[in-house]
Amino acid sequence: MIGWRMRSATASDATIFEKRASQMAMNTQGRPTAPGSAGRSEASTFTGNRGLDHEEALIFEIGRADTTGVDLPQPRQVKSRLAGLERRQPIGLPGLTEPETMRHYVRLSRKNYAIDSGLYPLGSCTMKHNPRLNEKMARLAGFGDIHPLAPQSTVQGALALMQALSGYLLELTGMQSVALSPKAGAHGELCGMLAIKAAHDAKGSKRNIVLVPDSAHGTNPATAAFMGYHVKSIPARDDGTVAAEAVKAALTPDVAAIMLTNPNTCGLFEPEVAEIARVVHEAGAYFYCDGANFNAIVGKVRPGDLGVDAMHINLHKTFSTPHGGGGPGSGPVVLSKALAPFAPVPFVARDGEAYKLVEHESEARNGMQPLGRLTAFHGQMGMFVRALAYMLSHGSDGMRQASEDAVLAANYVRASLRDVMSQPFGDQPCMHEVLFDDAWLKDSGVTTLDFAKAMIDEGYHPMTMYFPLVVHGAMLIEPTESESKQSLDLFIATLRDLAKDATTGNDKSRFKEAPRLAPRRRLDETRAAREPRLRWRPPARPEAAE
Amino acid sequence: MRYLPLTDDDRRQMLAKIGVAGIDDLFVAVPRDKLMHELPALPRTMSELEVEREMAKLAGLNTAAGAVPFFVGAGAYRHHVPATVDHLIQRSEFLTSYTPYQPEITQGTLQYLFEFQTQVANLTGMDVANASMYDGSTAAAEAVLMAHRITRRKKAVLSGGLHPQYGDVIRTLAHHGGSAVDTLPPDPTGAEDIAPRIDGETSCVVVQYPGFFGTVRDLEPIAQAAHAKGALLVVVVTEIIALGLLKSPGEMGADIVAAEGQSIGNGLNFGGPYVGLFATRDKYVRQMPGRLAGETVDAEGRRGFVLTLSTREQHIRREKATSNICTNSGLCALAFTIHMTLLGEAGLRRLAEINHANACELADRLGRLKNVEVITPAFFNEFTVRIPANAAEVVEKLARNGVLAGVPVSRVIPGTPECSDLMVVASTEINTDDDRAAFEKALATALES
Repeated sequence: MIGWRMRSATASDATIFEKRASQMAMNTQGRPTAPGSAGRSEASTFTGNRGLDHEEALIFEIGRADTTGVDLPQPRQVKSRLAGLERRQPIGLPGLTEPETMRHYVRLSRKNYAIDSGLYPLGSCTMKHNPRLNEKMARLAGFGDIHPLAPQSTVQGALALMQALSGYLLELTGMQSVALSPKAGAHGELCGMLAIKAAHDAKGSKRNIVLVPDSAHGTNPATAAFMGYHVKSIPARDDGTVAAEAVKAALTPDVAAIMLTNPNTCGLFEPEVAEIARVVHEAGAYFYCDGANFNAIVGKVRPGDLGVDAMHINLHKTFSTPHGGGGPGSGPVVLSKALAPFAPVPFVARDGEAYKLVEHESEARNGMQPLGRLTAFHGQMGMFVRALAYMLSHGSDGMRQASEDAVLAANYVRASLRDVMSQPFGDQPCMHEVLFDDAWLKDSGVTTLDFAKAMIDEGYHPMTMYFPLVVHGAMLIEPTESESKQSLDLFIATLRDLAKDATTGNDKSRFKEAPRLAPRRRLDETRAAREPRLRWRPPARPEAAE
Repeated sequence: MRYLPLTDDDRRQMLAKIGVAGIDDLFVAVPRDKLMHELPALPRTMSELEVEREMAKLAGLNTAAGAVPFFVGAGAYRHHVPATVDHLIQRSEFLTSYTPYQPEITQGTLQYLFEFQTQVANLTGMDVANASMYDGSTAAAEAVLMAHRITRRKKAVLSGGLHPQYGDVIRTLAHHGGSAVDTLPPDPTGAEDIAPRIDGETSCVVVQYPGFFGTVRDLEPIAQAAHAKGALLVVVVTEIIALGLLKSPGEMGADIVAAEGQSIGNGLNFGGPYVGLFATRDKYVRQMPGRLAGETVDAEGRRGFVLTLSTREQHIRREKATSNICTNSGLCALAFTIHMTLLGEAGLRRLAEINHANACELADRLGRLKNVEVITPAFFNEFTVRIPANAAEVVEKLARNGVLAGVPVSRVIPGTPECSDLMVVASTEINTDDDRAAFEKALATALES
């Protein structure tokens, strides 16, 4: 089986070949320049390919079990010591030679949108430029090719790097200590909340409620529930922020912590955050801050100065380790003095002139009471290297400038679209992302989803849609500091043009049929969930041979 | 600053458009006494060259595995990764894309995840696999929680052959989440009898295959014992290449497989990022954590892929989700699937054979030394040796002599004097005869002195 869309050749196809050949010979006419002259033909091609956009079959359809793209020597003959557990059945793993492999994945890659190819305004995700220097540094043999359980005397540079990264994170956040091992933001949340639980346990206090505002990321309530806490939601005010009064009213003696995102998911800095921290502490609870939006405030304000007890930092957002199509992330957690003793193992400690890893709770000294271990080994070293390279490159001045530019860019988008799109919480400055709702689309017949899909045809990745949940038809735009003014201006002009078409005129096909120019039209997600096909299976054999 | 495109003039124009006088007018919600006026006390911006110098200094303090005879395993393995893999994963369209929330423009990611899921399911002998977890240890902890949900019981029984740090992760979550863990003592020879520990409260038995000490053993009797008591069998694999040669966990009755996929496509990286593999039976798919890519069609009827069954996940279900996991290990899963595609079944099998042969060769060499005993009866590419000395000290001594020899068991299981003379040693396809000879000689010398 070759390309799955390929039809078998017929006589009429032969005619098509001839017609094409004759057209190709006519090279006397000038190159068409007007976009209309080439037309937007939806005509299907013989291959299913559309110019540079190639259809690509699954490896299971093009690969062969006896093909390999890796030349390996004959193994030496030895007497097997596998306890008679040798595999007897075929596994079902097709192989491709190297050129076939290269082509398969290059073709797949071209079906992806990426920061490197365009503005990626996915709110809450901080899709900023990923410097290739950082990739190069992570691949230095002294970082990329060292084993986590190699003797510590042979990895002193790695431990020094972890210390240096910790120093940067503590200086930027104003906190007491940092746990580097969490593997991503949600894992960091778990770490921070476990530290809070451990602190309560140490005091013998049994508390079972965690306060979470409605606008929180889904990971917040999921993390709290994962640990057995009851989640109590806190409503936001009309201006999109949380009132200290509302928190105070919810602070019963059973409350262990509040999980608050700041800047929040509506793109706003919580103005009463310091007061919230105060009332939370007064009630004997702790303040967990979701640091997903730290990119807005690096070098501008320190979470430690606001009374935060624990905050995870998404190195893949703020410090630009690549998002990689959904990870790997890295979620170090900074801790206040009150929580520092409960940091999980492992952590790096000074040992005279050298560094050592404290890998076991029993080795902890100086009042440390580690909450346990969250992962094998020591965390996402590859991401630590990249994040530190980012920090060294930017420096204190560059990091502050980056945050200011990110906030400036979001507000520029806001100011340039506020007359055509609606802001749910009134006209006020935002942080590094700007939130619109769908009130402006009312009665237009166009939804947030339609609008987002139309952006795809214009060459943009859509903004985050329908999140935060507290806003109807939310559109959360985070341009980041990586965009030039020219790029922002074109983006704004495009959104204005789309907005005009969405709200005026009767022809809504630009939205309803979108995307028309992507590798796929809208996909049937209902069908995917109703009849889940989560893996490839060989096609059923035809009853009779042809 | 080379990464920031805005000029001062741009900034002035943009502030004017917004209608504010200065940048701090956009930070009005920050309490005035908290707004920083001084820069953080950190160095100023650096050029690429300066950064490279700083980083190279630190990297130079480490002994790269490729620079010396290298036999360290115990959950992370050094294998040769074809150059194609690292080239492809650095393509902008893979590296700088994110979770495929907009499927029409992320079919590349979605299709490779679908292929990855199929490869993992086939390799482990299970029905269905997810789009990856952080790593093997967190996948194992999630497997235990999933077993709790399925069985509505709250006790896990952990084999003494499970990687001790995996056990630590499971125990940490259990301790704080109010469930029970029964851990068997360290089991270097695979002799433990786990069946009597399984009772009507047990949600799952967690066994590693091959075990932390390298042991290979038949899991079918354990599966039967677990199933007889209504418990599930969770099989942990840390050296996934073993499954090129060994019977799959699925064939032996596993209900959930939680594995570390680092060995295929991914480097050592001092412990991360790695890629957790997670597979199970069809009937448990709705209790599975993590993202899933699924096949569907687009508006023109063409095949396409989307993220699916997301009603299990935190962004939809919030506090009722099966897990809090969001970002996973997409790019490491890509490296895995590319390397696996290059290998194919034939290549994987041969690679596994070479690993096994090399380990047998090393075991024979070390076993010849006076008072050194290979105590693992059956193994894949890793085994445990007992030496007539403190293993941690010997490993340090060998490192000073330019051989990275293995992991002293005391490093991961402290406070067990009976393990102080044990070390876990791995030999993969990267080792040459010269490497093994150097190891043998250095160990002999270390034990003499």
